[in-house]
Amino acid sequence: MGELTGPSTHTAIDVGAGAGFATTKAEALLAWAQKYSLFMYPFVTACCGMEFMAMSSPRYDFSRFGAEAPRFSPRQADLLWVVGTITQRQAPILKRIYEQMAEPKWVLAFGTCASSGGFYDNYTTVAGIDKIIPCHVYVPGCPPRPEAVLDGLMLLMDKIQSGDRRPAIVKPRTDPAKLPTHGLVQLGTKKGSSVA
Amino acid sequence: MAKALVDLVMRTFPDAVVETHAQHGDETIVVDAARWKDVAVFLKTSPAADMAMLMDLTAVDFPHRSPRFEIVAHLYSLTKGHRLRLKARVGKEDGTGARIATVADLWASANWMEREAWDMFGVVFEGHPDLRRILMYPEFEGHPLRKDYAANHIQPLVEYREDPSVQKVAPFGADEGMSFGRQQFDQRVPADLPDTEVFPAKPN
Repeated sequence: MGELTGPSTHTAIDVGAGAGFATTKAEALLAWAQKYSLFMYPFVTACCGMEFMAMSSPRYDFSRFGAEAPRFSPRQADLLWVVGTITQRQAPILKRIYEQMAEPKWVLAFGTCASSGGFYDNYTTVAGIDKIIPCHVYVPGCPPRPEAVLDGLMLLMDKIQSGDRRPAIVKPRTDPAKLPTHGLVQLGTKKGSSVA
Repeated sequence: MAKALVDLVMRTFPDAVVETHAQHGDETIVVDAARWKDVAVFLKTSPAADMAMLMDLTAVDFPHRSPRFEIVAHLYSLTKGHRLRLKARVGKEDGTGARIATVADLWASANWMEREAWDMFGVVFEGHPDLRRILMYPEFEGHPLRKDYAANHIQPLVEYREDPSVQKVAPFGADEGMSFGRQQFDQRVPADLPDTEVFPAKPN
């Protein structure tokens, strides 16, 4: 999972011993409620949208994290998923959607294009949505695996709980550089070939 | 297959055909730009040609040639089954004077294709019913697929934020794009553009 430094991610709830009450801080309780009831606005512009659909459907199912209901009005949403390439022509729309959302609000960049522009290094494309709006979690990948997106969602939930609004990146679960093959795929070789 | 068609065009317009060639069996005719419309009308209306379908119309930029732009139309006959590639060369080497007659009144599909060619290359199609940008936004200046449009020149509609409090971690460093970058000769920036609109050249 992505890096998360700072205070504990656990909600401090001290359950009274069998007395049917619990004590906590109001902020922690509010954050706990927020992180399990994310209303999301999917701003889907490109091919990552297919992966978004896969992730929202039953096999990966992000509704089990409480991010169940998509809201197609930014007024009702508090998590903006930016899924796909943002062109210069779309940038004013994205900025306006973000500004219409009510606080507290979070932004998740889904995929490499939303995170950094990806390989679109040209006159058409915004090199990452953070050029226009603040972004809290970056999920790299072209497109990202659903597991990476779920990691990103859980990372965001941890950040909501701990009140950390700094940007963070979802890291690969295994570092490819530490694999024996350095992450390179070994293609098949002919038998008797001197190249291993 | 379409050789007979090429011969027919050459017989009909002996003074308009600049050159012909066939690449992998695709017959090509380069015509004088002033006669572009005449040849198109003939190909559309003549029963022997009967080119009912305009498959593609675009432009090519050859920056050091004069005429600089090549307009390319791909035609197909639904009844005869033959194809023809029609070209014409327009424009001075500095990019001005790129004008050619529209064929949007002959083939409706040419409407958007000519708008795209105008948007990307700045070729004016005279007589076009609605010649305005189709892909880029109206505020965009210049024509991005021209070879002299600097590859790193962007024209954002929304001002980019400058937030020093956001401490980005690798891989999102100063260079947001590809680490392997572009070739140095692509780093040219038009001299008359204000600095704010231009990406700084990559530090080396």
